[in-house]
Formats: sequence, structure tokens, C-alpha cells
Amino acid sequence: MVIRGRVHKYGDHVDTDVIIPARYLTSADPLELAQHCMEPADPDLVRRVKPGDIMVAGQNFGCGSSREHAPIAIKGLGIRCVVAASFARIFFRNAINIGLPPVVCPQAAADAETGDEMEVNLATGEIRNITRSAKYQAEPFSEFARQIIGLGGLVEYVRQRLKRAAA
Amino acid sequence: MGMTISEKILAEHAVQAPGGAGKASVRPGEIVNVRLDLLVGNDVTAPIAVEQFRKMGAEKVFDREKIALVPSHYLPAKDIQAAENAKRMREFAREQGIVHYFEVGRMGIEHALLPSEGLVVPGDCVIGADSHTCTYGAVGAFSTGVGSTDLAAAMALGETWLRAPETAKFVLHGKRQPWVVGKDLILHIIGAIGVAGALYQAMEFTGEAVASLPMHDRFTMCNMAIEAGAKSGIIEPDDITLRWVKPRAKRPLRIFRSDPDANYAAVYDFDASKIEPVVARPSRPDNTVPVSQVGEVRIDQAAIGSCTNGWIEDMRAAAAVLKGRKVHPSVRLIIFPATQQIYRQCLEEGLAQIFAEAEAVFSTPTCGPCIGGHMGVLAEGEVCISTTNRNFVGRMGHPKSQVYLANPAVAAASAVLGRIGTPAELGMTAEDFYALE
Repeated sequence: MVIRGRVHKYGDHVDTDVIIPARYLTSADPLELAQHCMEPADPDLVRRVKPGDIMVAGQNFGCGSSREHAPIAIKGLGIRCVVAASFARIFFRNAINIGLPPVVCPQAAADAETGDEMEVNLATGEIRNITRSAKYQAEPFSEFARQIIGLGGLVEYVRQRLKRAAA
Repeated sequence: MGMTISEKILAEHAVQAPGGAGKASVRPGEIVNVRLDLLVGNDVTAPIAVEQFRKMGAEKVFDREKIALVPSHYLPAKDIQAAENAKRMREFAREQGIVHYFEVGRMGIEHALLPSEGLVVPGDCVIGADSHTCTYGAVGAFSTGVGSTDLAAAMALGETWLRAPETAKFVLHGKRQPWVVGKDLILHIIGAIGVAGALYQAMEFTGEAVASLPMHDRFTMCNMAIEAGAKSGIIEPDDITLRWVKPRAKRPLRIFRSDPDANYAAVYDFDASKIEPVVARPSRPDNTVPVSQVGEVRIDQAAIGSCTNGWIEDMRAAAAVLKGRKVHPSVRLIIFPATQQIYRQCLEEGLAQIFAEAEAVFSTPTCGPCIGGHMGVLAEGEVCISTTNRNFVGRMGHPKSQVYLANPAVAAASAVLGRIGTPAELGMTAEDFYALE
């Protein structure tokens, strides 16, 4: 599956309080949360973003609180994947679990700038920065992660597992 | 080749296919499915987990005695949505017969509440839908934070998958100076290695200075392991652990220790006797400096409490500083003990009287001030010194507010001074500190 869109680039240690401040966590609605995504750092994102765009960041993306509302908010904006130099582990798990692939590729992340046209092939892991005519290879997902991503998230995985157990 | 305590606990809990409990060994990097002794959710994370649980087609939780649900974050309900979330969680607890549901007035912040209730014991394997679930490592359990969907899956299946972490060992040599507590030790470590310094690792704390720490300080240290990017924090159980745990434990405990030939990804040595009280400046927990070097920082608010420093010992330290003194006229001091039981102890020991006479706010247990949710949200340009665990941009309110992290005595002294300062500046001595220990 190939994702193509414009880049929204951020730096290192983007934490989940920035991705979605705590005062909004009484809602779990993706569209409502999306309205406040990145508000403390980039209140303009909501206005700029188009469905299919790609969020790109430096190291330790999604650090801090475990709030699943963070990847939910990003996905609620229509962003289909996040490319980063590295991810905080709870964010990484949450993103996979809800069907927002967290793609690790330090070089692609470092080179990209906001506004670049980028393409991510989730099956092969190939990333193309079309604006800069550059190609990169992302770190492959573990087999288990690939399985969850392929099913669209953890809910489907567990659903199937429970069905098999009941049969 | 030996194993670390974390590897041993994961091996013990590994699900063999089929039948058979545990594996002989676990290596870092390995993916293991582990049985869980406790699952934790709160009013922010459980509502999503309940929804996902239903979408998974699950009908009954795997074990109604192994799930704890706590309305800690926005309760007593800060608005209608918070009330609806709490209601959803409460109704789910009722429907499923969940034993460890703690209602408002009987609850606390989960990471102090659940160990206090004896629901986490040495040797346990625990996940919680809250990043500070790593706190329970202080009793020698493997404990890590996850998201709501992971919680839902675990409620349905009773297990979860984990990538076994490497362990990084932190050896704190020597004897602490007066007024240096667990908070300062962990802030010092995070300042040294950075917010991604222990990324994906289990942080194992050991050494003479750790061995001398009472339980509350150990909880503080493990609580903030996440702030260094760690998967978990852990301290091997010893006599101090067992004296604290045994009167409370609701289940049998198992003592694991790291083998002498265990493999560590890194070993850090610190001279604890050189560590001074530390503050983390805005806006990252690793932006640390000794409080003696922080300069003149006027404050608008001080917050003492939370899962990090809401223990009775933290309340006593604050009371010792505040006794006979008043909060500075331009400062608001919010004191929020971590559990209903600690709150009652504050009443019984006369601490609440001291707080009220000092003109501080004495609050029911809640996560509110820490997350900028309620009970002390900051306005633009305001500065708060807090005993909590995070100070990222906008953490406690307005994106242009600022948070400094510190230990309870420093936060209390600062509340009196109107600027960041120490108990020594109020004339308190080493003897005053040792009277608390």
C-alpha cells in the first residue's frame, strides 16, 4: 500500500502533551481530537493538512504520556503514516494498534522539510522524497507488527483470535 | 549466561504454547507473550479500552480480579464529558464484576493506590494504560505502560506481547546528602542521560544510596523511568521492600534478583554523595540543574503531590517546611496527596491543619494539577514549581506557561519564598531533614 502526500516536519522529542494536550482527553472522537492536534507547537497544522499527508519527525517521536488519543488525533487529520528517526515505545505500539504505521527512517526524516512531496510504500518500506529526488529504505517492521498493520489494527487481530478460540 | 531481574520475571510469565508455564530464559530483543498479574486503567484510558474490547467481540474479561480501574484523572468530574467517561468505566466495572474498581472518595492516583492496596507484589508482571505504570517496579515487579487498545486486548486475553528490553544498570554509590531524596536522584539521572537515554530499556536501580531509600523514594525513582524513555524501572526487593509489602500483599510474592553474570546494555555509576537537590527547568525533564544554580525564578504556583511525590512522607516533608510559615502572597500552593488513605493520614497527623494555616490548598487525590486538567491549570506566562514528573510545553495549561520539577521540600520552600529556593534558605538544617527520614 502506497501513501503519497505532503510532509509536515517536526524536530526531536515531540511529546504527546504537544500532540494532544491533556485538557482535550475527555473526548475520544478522532475528528474532535484532530482539531487540537499539535496545537501548542503548530496551531496552523489543522488548517494546512490534507488527507493523505505524512507527518515526519526526528528522534523519540511521541514521548511522554501513553495517551492513545495522540495517534488517534494524527489519524483524525487524515494523516496516514508517521516517518521518524525513532519513536517512543508506547506511541509506537499505539500507532500500530490503531492502524497508523510508524515508519522508522532516520535519513528520510532528516532530509525532509514541510511541504515536500513524499511517498511511502508500506509493503516494501521504500520511501521517496519526490521534491528532493531522493530514495530511502525504512527499517522493516517485525513480523508481528506487520501482521497487525496488515489487519488494520489490533482490534481485528484479537477479534480473529477470540473467534478461533470459540470455534 | 545469567539473566537480569526483568528478564527473569518475563521468562516466568512467558506463555508457552500449549500448556506449560514460563520459559527457561528470555533474551533482550525477543518477543514474548506474557501472562499478566494486573491490568490498570483510568478514566482517560479505560473508556477507549472498553469500546475496543466490545469491537474485539469480547464479552467477559479474562479475570475480574486482575483488573484495576481508577477514576484518577478528571474526577471528581471536571465537566460533563469527564462524568460520562467515569460513568462508562463504572458501568463496565459493574457489568464485568471487576473487584478493584475504586470510586471517588475511596480512590487515589493509581500508581500509589495499587501498591498501597497490595495489588502489585514482587515478581509480578503488570501492564497499565498509563505511562507511569513503570512505578510498580519499585516493589521488584516488571511493570510497563501501554495504550488503551493494548489494555482492551489484555482484558480479553489475559496476556500481551512484549519485546524483552535490554537492561541498563544505574549504580548509585555512597550516602545521600541531607535534603536529597529519590526525586533528586532520578532527576539527576535523567539529566545525565537525557529523555531518550534509556529508550526501550529496563532501568535497574541499585547501589548503596538506593538500598538506603525508603519505599516512597523508590516509587518516585521508578515512576520517572518513563521520562528517560525507558520501558520500565525496577529495584530488586530487599528487607525494606518486604517490610512494606508483606502487611499489604493480597497475593503471594516471588523474589527475583539479577544474576551476577547477567548482561547489561549499559552500566552507569553515580556518586550519590555529590548529588544536590535538583530542578528540571522548562520544558523537558532532562533540562536539569542543581537548585543552587537555578538563579532567581519567581513563581506563581507550586504543586506538591501526584503519583511521583504524593506519599505521606512527601506530605510530612512539605508540612515540616510550611509549619509556622505562610505561602508567599503572590503564590498559590496546591497540595494533593496520592490516595484517600494518605489524605486521611494528613488529617490525623495534623498536616492538613498546617497546610490550611499556611494558606495552601489541600485537595482530594487527583491527577488534575499534574496534567493541566483541573485543580490548578496555568495561565499564559505563569510559572509553577511542581513535584510532578513532566514539564513539556503546555503540560500544566497555557503553552506559554512554564513548569519546574523538584522535590517536595524544595517546592514547599519555594512556595514560601515566592521564588525557587531551598529549606536551608528558611533556616532549616540537616537535623530537620533527618527528623523526617
